Amino acid sequence: MPLMTMLLEVKGLHGAYGESKVLHGLDFVVEEGGVTTLLGANGAGKTTTLRAVSGMIRTQGEILFAGKPIQGMATEAIAGLGIAHVPDGRGTFMELTVEENLRLGAYTRNDKAGVAADLAKMFDLFPRLRERFHQQAGTLSGGEQQMLAIARAMLLGPKLLLLDEPSFGLAPLIVREIFEILGRIVRESGLSILVVEQNASLALAIADRAYLLETGRFVMSGAAEDIRKDETLRKSYLGY
Amino acid sequence: MQFFTSRAFPWLFLAAAVVLPLLFASDYRLFQLTMVVVYSIAVLGLNLLTGYNGQVSLGNGAFYAIGAYTTAILMDKLGLPYWATLPFSAVICAGVGFLIGLPALRLGGMYLALTTFALAVATPQLLKYKAFENYTGGVQGVVLDKPDAPFGLPLSQDQWLYLFCLAVGALLFALAMNLVRGRIGRAMRAIRDQPLAAEAMGIDIAMFKTRTFALSAMFTGVAGSLGAITIQFVAPDAFGVPLSLTFFVGMVVGGGASIGGAVMGALFIQFIPNIADEISKAAPGAVYGLLLIAFMFLLPGGLASLIRILSGKKRTA
Amino acid sequence: MDGFIHQIISGIASGGIYASVALALVMIYQATHHVNFAQGEMAMFSTYIALTLIQAGLPYWAAFCITVPVSFVIGALIQRVVMEPLSKAPVLASVGVFIGLLLTFNSVAGWIFTYTLKPFPTPFGEGKPLFGGFVSRHELGSTAITLVVLLSIWAFFRFTKLGLAMRAAAFNPVSSRLVGVPVARMLALGWGLAAGIGAIAGMMVAPVIFLDPNMMAGVLLYAFAGALLGGITNPLGAVIGGFIVGIIENLGGAYVVGTELKLTTALFIIVVVLTVKPAGLFGKTLVSRV
Repeated sequence: MPLMTMLLEVKGLHGAYGESKVLHGLDFVVEEGGVTTLLGANGAGKTTTLRAVSGMIRTQGEILFAGKPIQGMATEAIAGLGIAHVPDGRGTFMELTVEENLRLGAYTRNDKAGVAADLAKMFDLFPRLRERFHQQAGTLSGGEQQMLAIARAMLLGPKLLLLDEPSFGLAPLIVREIFEILGRIVRESGLSILVVEQNASLALAIADRAYLLETGRFVMSGAAEDIRKDETLRKSYLGY
Repeated sequence: MQFFTSRAFPWLFLAAAVVLPLLFASDYRLFQLTMVVVYSIAVLGLNLLTGYNGQVSLGNGAFYAIGAYTTAILMDKLGLPYWATLPFSAVICAGVGFLIGLPALRLGGMYLALTTFALAVATPQLLKYKAFENYTGGVQGVVLDKPDAPFGLPLSQDQWLYLFCLAVGALLFALAMNLVRGRIGRAMRAIRDQPLAAEAMGIDIAMFKTRTFALSAMFTGVAGSLGAITIQFVAPDAFGVPLSLTFFVGMVVGGGASIGGAVMGALFIQFIPNIADEISKAAPGAVYGLLLIAFMFLLPGGLASLIRILSGKKRTA
Repeated sequence: MDGFIHQIISGIASGGIYASVALALVMIYQATHHVNFAQGEMAMFSTYIALTLIQAGLPYWAAFCITVPVSFVIGALIQRVVMEPLSKAPVLASVGVFIGLLLTFNSVAGWIFTYTLKPFPTPFGEGKPLFGGFVSRHELGSTAITLVVLLSIWAFFRFTKLGLAMRAAAFNPVSSRLVGVPVARMLALGWGLAAGIGAIAGMMVAPVIFLDPNMMAGVLLYAFAGALLGGITNPLGAVIGGFIVGIIENLGGAYVVGTELKLTTALFIIVVVLTVKPAGLFGKTLVSRV
């Protein structure tokens, strides 16, 4: 795909927590527009990969965002470039109100009108956030907190959205609702998403491209559609 | 450098500590060395609590004060001989330490530091309190007599006092060494490093923490008693925040969780203020403070860790 | 009865000072879970800066307006240079550094300014007490200043983007970085603000208790007590706690224990709060952490 624009290019990524190495030379890309997913079991290194992109851990290798190296930059500076990250556990500011959580999402922006427009869009997508606007975020349900986390990340006005297990700990009905909304966001805004999921069928349903991670290495990658259709692949690697 | 970590070293050190000062030291030097012994015991007491068990105390000066006043009152009011006051002060301080350790149990690191700091601030006021004035002598304090050498030994008062303190100190150091090397010491360190694991291993954390507090108070209290006998005087303002912080500085500089570090810390707090005076005539405290910060950055394990590093021995404490 | 009312009013006046220092402590505690033992000494040092400026011929309020930002810079610098590198060190290391700062400030002040008690001017005039003799001019003025400071700090945290970012950085540094908040800079700012508040508290209390290098030890203790009483995780609680402690101190000193045991009262409050209700009166316990 020589003509495709690569929003994120990762080459030979190694990552470690202190002494224990978690990532062993990952190469992957996220195309401009569309959804890329990293699949894998618990402990495969999915969360670590997202953390590496956001500069939250020490890494080796090359990470290019829109053609520019971002490796070694501070996390807040990477966010400033337009990479929004919904971390594992959702990263809710429990002690603050929903409104304040959302205002923080827009911390890097100075265009008041644009922020207001984006906020209106988020209320459109997640009407429940409007109802809970002045409530303390710690009192929200898990599903509402996930919606808040996505809305908070969207208010950054990101070019790339990193999502860490958006389905984690949520009831199937809410998960479906959230993934439908994510699909809508991608269609309407042309945003690029890199989503990490344990629930492969869910992620493959909205993804364009998928990578399968096992103990810090990719064992398979390809177009999401091909993987979805190939039963042998699915059964041997994803177990469904 | 291996020499410093060998098994024979403590004995050789003790022998040298007995002989050399008696041969060479002037009365004033002997007094200073006696105070080094006293401070060693106090710093060791704090080290058991903070270094080995991880409970940060900024108020151990209060226990030192209780020990000092116990001895002073027993000698002054009841006419007890100086040596007979030590068991009383050990028991009283252990008891008070245990009582203070009870609420302290529920306090995480910073809260305990804060509460003990408050204790240090309040101690002089309590000692001055009018209701106790008949015993404590109020602001004036209590003056004590210097003991003579017993059994007609051919020793000056200062020499005898030095040996007496050294003997008590050696006893307490031996006790501490045995404690920290055995099962109890392992439990103390486990509580400091891995409280959850310690609990899972069946260690009664609450009991260990309060008893460590009592032990620390006992050591520090005995040091206070010896200090009172040596200085021959107790007065409230000597037992405020600076004293507690001095012990803290001694522990950090000597090295947390190190028996030998307590001696080095004591040498530091006895002699460095003099040297600091010479570096900067008016601000010895600043030299103290900046050194403390420098240690935190460059040598968080204190002088003891420096010797360990130089002798290439892995840290076991 | 008149005496009683007077004690309450003095209690509010000194309570305001304790509330300010308690707020400074809580700001740093919330962000780092460290109690800054050097907060009082930093405030004392700032007060000496103000005195030096006044003695150099500057009008009081000019000195005031220079001292506060200078203290801010000193506080922020200390965070950047000394505290930041040790931010992940164990409790003992941070306590060690705080004690090191305390000793350094104390003795540098003693060295430059000597340990003798010095009178510090009040900007509110020495005239007759007001309102039937219940309130001295300084008590009224310093309480007003304290309230203005506390209100502006509250408004800053509540209504400005920077204030929100500082709160966020304190509660959840990881998430804050992910939305682009430079957390380290927020901590430095917090230290600066705390130092500035401390400086004002020092200048307000110095005319009452005279200025010397050990001036703030007692104030710091009451601020501890106030912060714990109100809840060290809750700035508003800490402020209320500071006022309550001020009133308790004055009433207790006048009617119960006498002035000699005032510091012990603070110790007593600290121990009682920590054993009976460690979260303090207004300490928050979150409903849900799912």
